[in-house]
Order: sequence, then C-alpha cells, then structure tokens
Amino acid sequence: MIRKLTLALAAATLMLTACGQHSEGAKTGSQQGVQLSGAGSTFAGPIYAKWAEAQKAATGLALNYQAIGSGGGIKQIEASTVAFGATDKPLKSDDLDKNGLVQFPTVIGGVVPVANLPGVAPGQIKLTGPLLADIYLGKIKKWNDPALAAINAGAPLPNLPITVVHRSDGSGTTFLFTSYLTAVAPQWASVGASDSVAWPAGQGGKGNDGVAAYVKQTPGSIGYVEYAYAKQNNMTYALMQNADGQFVSPTAANFAAAAANADWSKAPGFYLLLLNQHGATAWPITGATFILMHKQQKDAATGQAVLRFFDWAYANGDAAADALAYVPLPDALKQQVRTSWGQITGPDEKPIYAGAH
Amino acid sequence: MIAAPRRFGRTLGNAVFLVFCWAATGVALIALAAILWSLLRQGIGGLDLKVFTMSTPAPGSEGGLLNAILGSIMMCTLAMIGAVIMGVLAGTWLSEYARNSRYGSVVRFLNDVLLSAPSILVGLFVYEIIVAPTKGFSGYAGAVALALLAVPVITRTTEDVLRLQPVALREASVALGAPVWRTILAVIWKAAQGGMLTGALLAFARISGETAPLLFTSLNNQFLNLNMSQPMANLPVVIFQFALSAYDDWRRLAWTGAMLIAVSVLAVTIIARLLAREPRRS
Amino acid sequence: MSEASSAIIEAGPARTARGAALDRIFEALCFSAATLLLAALGGIIVALAIGGWPAFAKFGFHFFTTATWDPVAEVYGALGAIVGTLVSSTLALLFALPLALGVAVFLVELCPNVLRRPIGTAVELLAGIPSIVYGMWGLFVFAPWFSKYIQMPAMMAAPVGSIWETLTAGVPNGAGILSASAILAIMILPFMAATLRELLLTVPSQVRESAYGLGSTTFEVMRKVSLPYVRTGAIGAVMLGLGRALGETMAVTFIIGNAHGLPTSIFASGSTIASTIANEFAEATGEMHTASLIALGLVLFVITFAVLALARLLIGRQAHA
Repeated sequence: MIRKLTLALAAATLMLTACGQHSEGAKTGSQQGVQLSGAGSTFAGPIYAKWAEAQKAATGLALNYQAIGSGGGIKQIEASTVAFGATDKPLKSDDLDKNGLVQFPTVIGGVVPVANLPGVAPGQIKLTGPLLADIYLGKIKKWNDPALAAINAGAPLPNLPITVVHRSDGSGTTFLFTSYLTAVAPQWASVGASDSVAWPAGQGGKGNDGVAAYVKQTPGSIGYVEYAYAKQNNMTYALMQNADGQFVSPTAANFAAAAANADWSKAPGFYLLLLNQHGATAWPITGATFILMHKQQKDAATGQAVLRFFDWAYANGDAAADALAYVPLPDALKQQVRTSWGQITGPDEKPIYAGAH
Repeated sequence: MIAAPRRFGRTLGNAVFLVFCWAATGVALIALAAILWSLLRQGIGGLDLKVFTMSTPAPGSEGGLLNAILGSIMMCTLAMIGAVIMGVLAGTWLSEYARNSRYGSVVRFLNDVLLSAPSILVGLFVYEIIVAPTKGFSGYAGAVALALLAVPVITRTTEDVLRLQPVALREASVALGAPVWRTILAVIWKAAQGGMLTGALLAFARISGETAPLLFTSLNNQFLNLNMSQPMANLPVVIFQFALSAYDDWRRLAWTGAMLIAVSVLAVTIIARLLAREPRRS
Repeated sequence: MSEASSAIIEAGPARTARGAALDRIFEALCFSAATLLLAALGGIIVALAIGGWPAFAKFGFHFFTTATWDPVAEVYGALGAIVGTLVSSTLALLFALPLALGVAVFLVELCPNVLRRPIGTAVELLAGIPSIVYGMWGLFVFAPWFSKYIQMPAMMAAPVGSIWETLTAGVPNGAGILSASAILAIMILPFMAATLRELLLTVPSQVRESAYGLGSTTFEVMRKVSLPYVRTGAIGAVMLGLGRALGETMAVTFIIGNAHGLPTSIFASGSTIASTIANEFAEATGEMHTASLIALGLVLFVITFAVLALARLLIGRQAHA
C-alpha cells in the first residue's frame, strides 16, 4: 500500500515537473505568464511586491522579487543569476562600467529612526544627527540621558537602557543611514559609510523587516527602517533635525521636499544622494532606490519584460507608491529614465526598448 | 548499626538521583509539549482553505502557502528519487562488497561525516557548482542540495539493515543458481524492504524541514511556479522570511507553515517507526 | 578492480555467463554510487578550500585570531564566529548531557513498563521537529519567557557599577548566546538520550542484577556499574551531540542576536559560523567578503570533522546520530 502511494506521488511529481517545463518559461518572451526574477533591496520590497501583484492581475506578467538586501541585489545581478538587481546604494559610474550595468531610480523613500518607548506616541520625540550617531556608537546608553532630554523637553523619556538595533545583512538602507551620519557627525568617521559596517554596538536584524520586528519586541530599543515599514507596523518614529535646523516628520511631502532641488540630468548613472538636503521641510535621510540591469542583455525578451514592468509601474504605480509613503519620481525624471533605456541592447546589440507604452 | 549514617547518605543520594531523572524526563516532555502547543495554538488560527489554494501574498494582501507547499513537495520528492537510487546502491556496495575492505571503511567513515555535515555548507557547495555556473537559482539546485543531505542517511540505514540479513539467506540463493545481483535484488532487498523503507521515510522527514541549503539554491518565489529550472517557493524559506518580518499577517502564515511542516514530519516519523515494528510478512 | 575478495557471497557453480556479466555490471554500479558519494564529499572540501583561499592568503593566521568583522575596511576575522560556535555548542552540551543521562536512566530503570514506549517515542519526536520550528519557537516563545524570568531579574538584581552589572549586561529581549545554547540543548537532548539509552541497554543484566543483589541503590548501580561499562560509547555519543550542535543554523540564527564581536557578558549577543554564513552570504558583494565567509565554512567543516573523527575512534559504529 505504502509502496503504491510512494510510486503515485513520484509519478505525480514527475508529471508536474514535465508540465512545468513545457509551460512558458521566462525565456520564451510571451507576455502571458512570463516569469522574471529580481532580487535586492528590502527598502523597496513593499512597493515592488505591490506592483508585482497588480501587474500579474492586469497583464499576466509575473515578477518574482526577493528582498534579500541591497548587497544581495548587487551581488546577484553581477553574477547574472537574476534579471535585475535592486539597491538603495547606487553604484558609481566606474563600477557600473566595470560590470556592464545600467542603473535607474524607481521611487524615493525615507529612512526613519524608530523606537519602542512605552508611553511615547509617534513623532513625540526629537533627534538630531549627532545624537543619533552617539546612540549608535554606544556613547548614549539610556533614554533619559541629559543630552536627549535637552531637546525633548516635556516628552516622557523612560529610564530604560537604549538597545541599538541595526542590520545584520548588506543593506542599502544602512548605506543611506551611515552616509547621513558620516555627513553630519564627525565622530562617526571611525565607522564609516557602506552597506555593511562594523557596528560598535547593538544587535543585528535581517532585512528592514527584521529590524522592525526586533524593535517591536524590545522595549527601549531603537532602529532605522524605511518609512513603509514604520507606517505599516504603527511604530513610534522620531522627528529629525534637518540641514536648516528644523525638526521635521517623515512624510511623503517631506521626502519630496528633499528631492525637489535635485538635478538628475548631471548625474551619470543617476548616482545622486538626497541626504541632508536644504529646505525647511526636507527630511534629512531621504534616498532614491535603484534598479541595476546589464547593458547588454543575454536574452532580449527578458530585458524587454523587465523594462515593460517598470514602464507600467511608472505609468500606473503612483497610487500604490503614495499609499505606502514612497514618493513617485517626477514626470521629467521618468522621461529621462525612459530615454536612458535606449542604451540597453540585446545580444545583437540592438536597443530593446521601443518607446513609451 | 555502624553503617547507619553511611546508609542514610547513600539513600539520600539515591533519592536525589531518582528525583533528578524524573525531573529530566519531565523537562524533555514539557519542552515537547510547549513546542507542540505553541505550534497548534498559533498555527491553527491561520489555518483555512486559503492556505492551500492561494500563493504567498504581498504584505497586507490575502494569500496562502500553496506555492510553498507544492514547491517543497516537488523538490523533496525529486531529491528522494535521486537519493534513494544512489543511497541504496551505495549502501548495498558497503554491505555486500566492501564489508571488510579498507576502501569500504573509508567510504563508511566519510558517509558519516557527510551525514553530520552542517547543511549550510552543502548549500554553499551547490551554489558554487550549479547556481553560479548556470547563472540562475532553480528548483533543481534545491533538489540536488536536499539529495546530498538525504543520501548519507539512506546509505547508512540500507547498509545497517542489509547487514542484519543472515548470510545463509544469500548462500541458499546462490546455491540454487542465482547470480549475485539477482540474489541481492530478489532476496536480500526483498527481505530488508521494511527497513529500507523506514530509512527512506526518515531521510524524507529530515530533508523536508531543511532550510539552510535552500537559501542559496532555490531562493524563493512569490508566485506559483512549477518549472524547476526557475526559483521555487518552498515552505522552510518562506517561514524564515515571514517569521522575521514585522507584518502580522505574514507571521500568522509563518506559524501555520511551521505547524504544517512539524505535523507532516512527525507523522512521517511515526509511520516509519510503526513500520519498523511490524512483524515480517512471510 | 575486483572487490570479490571482500564480497560477502560468491556466485555458485550454477551461475550462467550472462549472470556473471550482469554481476560485474551490478557491482560496478554499486561501486560507482559509493565512489560518487566520496566524490561529493571531496568536492565540498575542495570547493570550500578554493573559495576560501583568498581570505587565508590575505589574512594568514590572523584570520583565526582577529575578532573584527569589518566589511567597510575589508578586515575579516573569524574569532568572534568561532568563539560563538564553540561557546554555544559547549554550553548546549553542558545543559543537555545531564538531562539526557537522566532521561536515559529513567527509560531504562525507572519507567513503569506501560509508559516506556510512549515516553520513548515522545523523546524521539523531539528529535524530529525541524530546526526552523525550533528557531521560531525560540524567538517568539522562549526568548520573551527568558527575558522576563531570567534575564531581567538578573539585570535588575545586579548592583550598579559592580562586576555583576557588566557580566549581566545585554539586550533585554531574551536573544543572545545563552538563549541560543538553551535551544540547542533541547535540540540535541533527544539524540544523546536515545544513544545513551541504547548503550545502557547493552549492559548485561546479570552484572546489574548482581549489583542490586549486593544491596546497591539505583544510583550506585548507575555510577559504578553501568556507566563505566559504557563509558567509551557515552563519550562518543556526547561527541555526536556536539557535532550536531556545531552545525545547527536556523535555530541559532533566529535567537543569537547577530553581533560579531567577542561576548563580554553572559547575556551577550554573538554569532556562530553557521549563522554568519546564513545571514551574509547571499549579499556579500566584495570578493574578500565572500571568500571570508567560505573560509569560515571550511573552518566549521574542519571542526566538525575533528569531532566526528574523535567520536568514531571512541565508539566505532554503534551509535546513530
């Protein structure tokens, strides 16, 4: 009896596998049921997942996006194991050229410090860049430290030790956060800015969601996450002091304010950091998130499908982005990006992008 | 009696020891009960038809675990097919042809090493030899990694159970004119089939819960995918991803998935043990 | 390459030529399967050595003595991960061994007959639970419990500024090396208990009965008769448990806190080799980063291999992992 069952199961599996092989793979290029893989940033994970869901329903294009961290996105696209990589740490143009990659932004978001403070409401506490650096360096150990109390008059700071939570994986969110700290706090220079640093203190969580989960579970903890994670989980975020000295809250409008003065046309590979921008309402830790693709695609159909995905997202995905507090790119920038797609070619060196949908 | 204090000491020591043994068993049983209780309590809450009919959702959307369940079943079954073929043949070689040879004992020892090797290293190895050169995560790579973990288990149990068969059985078959291969296939394997099946079931139970080797080989897939040359969703990696997230609906699904895995592994283990105890059919 | 001299049976005189040919084919098939197994293991070692070579070449011996793991400065030292691995596995062993012994003795000597099989099966079921389930249970159920009943009281009770305060410092969410060790202990307990039980069952009943007959208590029979009889095997079982704990990935990654330095308190976070690889491999972009992770893998393999070789030396082939 058992033998029959086992044989039946094995036969069923083989049949399923055979069917799967005959079904349209990503390489055939037919739109219906095409499947693509992308991997990378957890910063942009929520919006890509929403876009993927919407596009599957609307056009049948299935984009399998795995949020393994920006470092993972860069590594896997360099190894060509995925169709595109997603990263919030943009690569500089010499890195892009070295690996034959093309880079373009998709949305803009903000990195937000979140804390687990019983009795404190979201937006009730204020932080500055240098104070945040001291906390992450382990110099400020308790929430009711005088340095924090000085700018938080009236806020009920509890007498809890500060538990620092950072990323344990290679992360573009970390890159943005540490780049900001390097820019505003000289004492952070010993740690530096990158997608993976030697943290002087604290515990590591995996992905933006790992950090959010740790902070949610640990009273007295502080972490940094992309704003969608803070919003979706109703976490207590802090106001930050921006370059103009104002304490601002993390909202889509303030992220947009940080991006308002950016001039993308002069940036090769769209490499532009939006940290510590001037503007009364500008959020200081804002950044765009980027897509990496090979300049010369091995398979034209796959490349076309990826570009079609982002084209559709630029055209129809703004509402979903707004709902998650990402800032969609300004139309002029979207047009610039579409134009830059002209440099992506197929194996026959002909451009694969035929123009706007 | 002169020995009274000493006797008291011995009795006391013994009593303490007995209490400790009862307590130790209690601790083990409490741990088991606590784990099963958490699984059932958290997992049943999320268990509904959607889990078996819909694929994994984006956070905030509706969904289930269909793609993960199917992916796990497909990869495990494929892995088992390969592992059974290779493991049974290797175990047969060790038992029938290499019981006393030097080379045989080397293979035997290294089989045990592979048996206890950290599964993440197997995943690394398969990444290096399959995923990187073929430039793609795939269900096949995942199946190969799982097969590498299952083979040593099957080899070992096959060899052990074949060794138990009396030599006289083989001699009788050979005396009747059967060639050696026929003897092994028709007589020895048949006599040992219960034990070999148990070994296969235990190997299946082991690999169905393995996460680390699948992290870099089959990756994961948001959608239902039956094409094994593409990344495939699988239950352990989905649980890993969802459990560490901060979204409540994802965490609920993670508990349900964990409950499904634990229940199926336990069921397979119990069936294997029951089969092992069944009296031999004549 | 005939192995016929060590084959258990030789064909009889009534074997046909066709039978002989098929015999050779079958034997070759079996031999290739076994050799393929060997090749797979060899392949793993070679792949790890080749992949990790750049790290060994660059850092040399310092790779084993530095605890810095700095991807920005590209300085990688394995000491933190190695210490974390050894400490968590040893602690797990210390917790699990007495318990395993207690369970084994209970099942052999003290258990009422009718309960013997159910309790034995229950303990074996503990072994069957997949490690990711242990990880989840550890993080969501055990860690809060640990934090509330063990960690926080210890931290509150430590007088400010004393050595106890440094020794009990740590993140108050229950994650850390100690919690990871506790979860590992529960994971390896069933293997060791099952092995020790089988070993205790090999003690001839005449020997035990005669000890009882002379008036020994159960404790004395255990201590002076049974355990010395199975001492070698018991140590081997311990080594096998240790080997399993060393390689455990998922259960540890959830609850160890993922910090790279050396632990400075009993509640400190740490990392093991397996958890470091699991966390960082998919996204290690620098060549040196990837090479260092693979080098870590090789170190883990060598440690596990050594432990297993020792176990083999001590118990031969009896015990099952």
